[in-house]
Amino acid sequence: MQIAVLSGKGGTGKTLVSVNLARLAKDSIYVDCDVEEPNGLLYFKIPNIEEEIVYTKYPVIDHDKCIGCRKCTNFCQFNAMAFILGKVRVFKELCHSCGGCKIVCPAKAIEEKEKEIGKIKHGYHDSTEVFSGEMVLGEESGVPIIKALLNKVENSNKTIFIDSPPGNGCSVMESIRDADYCILAAEPSIFGLYNLNMVYQLTKNFQKKVGLVINKSTDDNLIREFAAENEVKILGEIPMDLELAKINSEGNFVSQISRLGTIFEDILAQALSEVSL
Amino acid sequence: MKQLLILSGKGGTGKTTIASAFIRLADAKAFADCDVEAPNLHLLNHDGQKESKPYLGMKKAQIKEDLCIDCGACQRNCRFGAIDFKAKYHIDPYACEGCAVCTLVCPTNAIEMINSIDGETTIFRGNRLFSTAELNMGSGNSGKLVTEVKKNLKDNLTNEELIIIDGSPGIGCPVIASLSGVDMVLIVTEPTLSGISDMERILRTAKIFKVKTAICVNKYDTNIDLTQKIETYALAEKIAFTGVIPYDKKVVELINSRRSVVEEDFSVSRAIKKVFISVTELLSI
Repeated sequence: MQIAVLSGKGGTGKTLVSVNLARLAKDSIYVDCDVEEPNGLLYFKIPNIEEEIVYTKYPVIDHDKCIGCRKCTNFCQFNAMAFILGKVRVFKELCHSCGGCKIVCPAKAIEEKEKEIGKIKHGYHDSTEVFSGEMVLGEESGVPIIKALLNKVENSNKTIFIDSPPGNGCSVMESIRDADYCILAAEPSIFGLYNLNMVYQLTKNFQKKVGLVINKSTDDNLIREFAAENEVKILGEIPMDLELAKINSEGNFVSQISRLGTIFEDILAQALSEVSL
Repeated sequence: MKQLLILSGKGGTGKTTIASAFIRLADAKAFADCDVEAPNLHLLNHDGQKESKPYLGMKKAQIKEDLCIDCGACQRNCRFGAIDFKAKYHIDPYACEGCAVCTLVCPTNAIEMINSIDGETTIFRGNRLFSTAELNMGSGNSGKLVTEVKKNLKDNLTNEELIIIDGSPGIGCPVIASLSGVDMVLIVTEPTLSGISDMERILRTAKIFKVKTAICVNKYDTNIDLTQKIETYALAEKIAFTGVIPYDKKVVELINSRRSVVEEDFSVSRAIKKVFISVTELLSI
């Protein structure tokens, strides 16, 4: 069972919610899919963590075999190849690794090599199994790393908590593709509301079951109105609390503090009962 | 003319709050929101005449069912897992990256590439020029849309002194696209381990693309020790440290009443003014 935590707007508490729920759930799996800026391992501190490199392919031209026909440069939809000063040049960072250039080349002058685009870190923190993706700096897309991460857990029977990237684009969609339930973390500001609505439309489009967690909650707030209008269940509310902010800022689990732990226990119980409905 | 880009790595550290304050402090006549996956700047700045246009991103593959002979060559050659078979072959437009390999391998030419609307660009034109956009849900191409936002701004510019660009979180394609051509990036961070880790990754990314950087710390008083750590880091790395901004719940109240924080005189607006002055000095305006 996969529960994805997402938000649209950044900094609304995706990691706060997902690491604490994963820790409380016991025997669960936590997957950090925010591969551009992963933070889960700041909480799940794991010495001697295993690392596996994620590669993608890019074309390499054999200039002796190349006949200069330009079929590859004309075909490439991503402008990752150009014919410059009599030679085909490859711009690796623009390549999507589709393999099309190798198929169109009539001279068999294109081979594919692998380049590192990121890594997957894996280990255990008490009973929680942890996977975290990390994209190489300067790379454009984390999607292949997210795919590789989720392949690791696709056959698991455990409860899987997915910490999604911010935004509304392809990497968010990839991270919730197989989710059975989505927790939307939102904060009561007009910014939070606007981006919550965007990401809510995304989950609706993919027919996902959703629940809301209101973070930095205030007495009368915009997100509760949104929940009422759209008939979305509020799983819990996390107050704006300076002690919580301090504990969380140092990479500690706020659910270890009994006063705050009950909030997360309730959110977990609510979410689990909603998934099984 | 100078271009200032505001980034953070981590989301929610206050990019848009600071961008909207800077726009007001500089009385900026041109600005843009490059956070196309979660734009917000238009919620505070939407004066002038609004012109929106659909944004065409990459073309996507589509199977003409009457020509398809169910051979499966497209599915075998698609590296994005975008083609599935449920009674018929079908292309998932959200997974399709528009590479067109399927059109190459289809023996019956049953696949065509069709235009796909990936979002919408908007320009507000009046006393000020504001360029923004919104990516359609689940779409790729956010980097190309960011480039479009910047092009829309550039095409309509006269000779503004300072252009302020609000960026997106992360370090991937929209961020890389937003970096091109800017004079400086102000990184807004917060005193949390996540904020620091993400700041380091965006600083190193900006360095790869050879863009000048400066740092400020928002909500600095929520963890003084970590704020000091950031300041020490900036000093060691020789990155300009432009100041600290305190936490005040009044910030959200002002934003929620659609006002810029510098419209009122309090600790936060005074601190942002100091950061702004340091930034203009670094940009030699």
